Amino acid sequence: MDRRLFVKLTGLGALGLAARPALDLFAAAEIPAHSPLAQRRWAMVMDLRKCQEAGDCEVCIAACHQAHNVPKMDRPDEEIKWVWKESFHHTFHDQEHPYLDEQLRHGPVLVTCNHCENPPCVRVCPTQATWKRDDGIVMMDWHRCIGCRYCIVGCPYGSRSFNWQDPRKHLAEPHKDFPTRTKGVVEKCTLCEERLTRNQLPACVEACPAGALVFGDLGDPDSPVRELLKSRYTLRRKPNLGTQPQVYYIV
Amino acid sequence: MPPDFRKIVFGLVIFLILVTLPLWTNLLRGTAPLEDPEISTRDVPGKDRCVREAEYMKANHMDLLNEWRETVVRDGERGFVTVDGRHFDRSLDRTCMDCHNKQEVFCDRCHNALAVSPYCWDCHIGARETKDGSTALR
Amino acid sequence: MLEKALYGDRKYWTWLAALGAVGLMGVLFYFYQFANGLTVTGLSRDVTWGFYIAQFTFLVGVAASAVMVVLPYYLHHYKAFGKMAILGEFLAISAVLMCMLFIFADMGQPFRIMNMFLHPTLHSMMFWDTIALSGYLVLNVVISRATLSAERKGLPPAGWVKPLIYLSIPWAVSIHTVTAFLYAGLAARPFWMTAILAPRFLASAFASGPSLLILLALILRRVANYDVGKEAIQKLAVIVAYAMSVNVFFVLMEIFTAAYSNIPEHLLHFEYLFFGLEGKSALVPWMWTSEILAVLTLILLINPKTRAKEGLLGLACAMVFVAIWIDKGMGMVVTGFVPSTMGLVNEYFPTLPEIGITLGIYALGALLVSLLYKIALGVRRSLV
Repeated sequence: MDRRLFVKLTGLGALGLAARPALDLFAAAEIPAHSPLAQRRWAMVMDLRKCQEAGDCEVCIAACHQAHNVPKMDRPDEEIKWVWKESFHHTFHDQEHPYLDEQLRHGPVLVTCNHCENPPCVRVCPTQATWKRDDGIVMMDWHRCIGCRYCIVGCPYGSRSFNWQDPRKHLAEPHKDFPTRTKGVVEKCTLCEERLTRNQLPACVEACPAGALVFGDLGDPDSPVRELLKSRYTLRRKPNLGTQPQVYYIV
Repeated sequence: MPPDFRKIVFGLVIFLILVTLPLWTNLLRGTAPLEDPEISTRDVPGKDRCVREAEYMKANHMDLLNEWRETVVRDGERGFVTVDGRHFDRSLDRTCMDCHNKQEVFCDRCHNALAVSPYCWDCHIGARETKDGSTALR
Repeated sequence: MLEKALYGDRKYWTWLAALGAVGLMGVLFYFYQFANGLTVTGLSRDVTWGFYIAQFTFLVGVAASAVMVVLPYYLHHYKAFGKMAILGEFLAISAVLMCMLFIFADMGQPFRIMNMFLHPTLHSMMFWDTIALSGYLVLNVVISRATLSAERKGLPPAGWVKPLIYLSIPWAVSIHTVTAFLYAGLAARPFWMTAILAPRFLASAFASGPSLLILLALILRRVANYDVGKEAIQKLAVIVAYAMSVNVFFVLMEIFTAAYSNIPEHLLHFEYLFFGLEGKSALVPWMWTSEILAVLTLILLINPKTRAKEGLLGLACAMVFVAIWIDKGMGMVVTGFVPSTMGLVNEYFPTLPEIGITLGIYALGALLVSLLYKIALGVRRSLV
């Protein structure tokens, strides 16, 4: 390398260094990769006391099932459920004891898909008809599902339902805002991803009159879910399985 | 003449009949006439033209719908911008069927004539007209 | 070679026609299921897999067990299995095809089956099971065809067949191991989440498959005048005796772990299986039948005197087959769902359409076995 070329290259390198801050300036206009906004991680906190004090309230269930054309099956063993009430015994049977507060023990617990951090349903699905999105939603592609029901077998929470027969016959008034499903596919809660894109809260959260359901972004340290998780002690279902459910319960 | 000549010919005849069975049944039953679809029966403000030109849509609407489906369901991307800069929601129910609101004359007519049965309407609620004029599910 | 299947007497054709009729009945029942959905089965929210998957699991074992004749014959040159090896391979082919039909019958959207290959998913055990089973089918078809046609020409099998035969041995083990992994890797189902599941599957496979082979050999001697030889049958009987002993031992290991640790989510399943839970006990009589048969077969098989008597041996083999069919089928699959992940006790029992489809698939499998055995025996006969 002769001296002339050396000087040229050095100059070019120096120009590059000088240009970097300018480039950074442009980059700053976009959302930095590590900001809470880019790290959206949806979660739900359910306040059981508030929920149970509302009595037989099933507004959230009705809102969800209405919004998503969830059919009402005649046979209980073929029920399709996105969000529903279970007994404390069936929800938290590993954390139950006879001296638990009566209201808590006998009151219902609202359950739905936990949108696990490590979803076993996603692991077992042979066609990626169910998968975890970057924002944590465990999504379903009803066009792709082959109906093998392995995800139902793999889910530790009973959150998934199968269409044993044509669901349309069991819908009083199906509406056009959301597709129905067809027989032979699995379905479950999608955390209202279709509403989230329109900046709306999940239907159940919006409908709850008691404010028992709080939805938000775990990536944002100031979000209401983060506030609640910091200030209150919360339970998760079957935490020992390592699935990391993103539905938290205040008891 | 081979020893099993008769059996072989008999077998071949049965094979030919079976293979050409669809042709015969179509001849007997008759096929639906191939008519042009009725494009739209109502004016939607701001939506005077389709997302792509008619020629493309005639030939490739299934590809576009498949692409939309993958993009919306799998990537969560709903907004669609046409080449000339118009914005649409990637949605069969909310965009396509909003203008093309008569499924029987827009979708079914050709599909029936060509004997294709896409499974869109197994889940998506199209707009079919019943005899009493109300839209209903199949 | 295939034309050998077309020359048979009246009895042969009647047998095929009968199997065909049962198969057709299964197909008609399947149309009914296809039109109405899986609601026509006894399956439910809580018990989502049942009779079909039970048969699938059991038959993967039958398919894998061909290795018990292939390995001694090809690897150790154990000549007594000369007439048995092809029977094992042809049985494996039919069993794998039945497995695939059972999976197909169990699918909610059978027309979308190609999605398995359009979107191959490496983290799904079902994907690997598909690969393992299809590979095993191809291996057995190629090997049996190559060896049989070489035999017909009076030549040793071509050189390229040997490596395939060696490959088929670990492959047979793999199909049943991966089938066990379908179950054993699920945190949601404590009843299946046991490291001994794959070994147990293999042990029960090497008992049930060879039992069926012994029965088939005894039948062929009677109806087709084809004798695989007393030594071959006795050797297989010893294999069945060992495999069944190991299988029963493994089951006892499972019961000990669950019972002594006293962890409810493990123990409750066994309680349901053997005594019933919350007054629900559909499987209890079946399981006790299975266990009693298992003990009786051990007595008959371990004792050399009873094992040597072919009448008793046939009986013992039939009993092994039934015992494992119950234990590994309905017992293994359904109990994983009772109690459910929520602790609910809802039972399952197959319905008429399910039983009809199942019988149909078994009939088609038997039909295929009959045709293949006819070809094998025809080729052997024309040599003499």
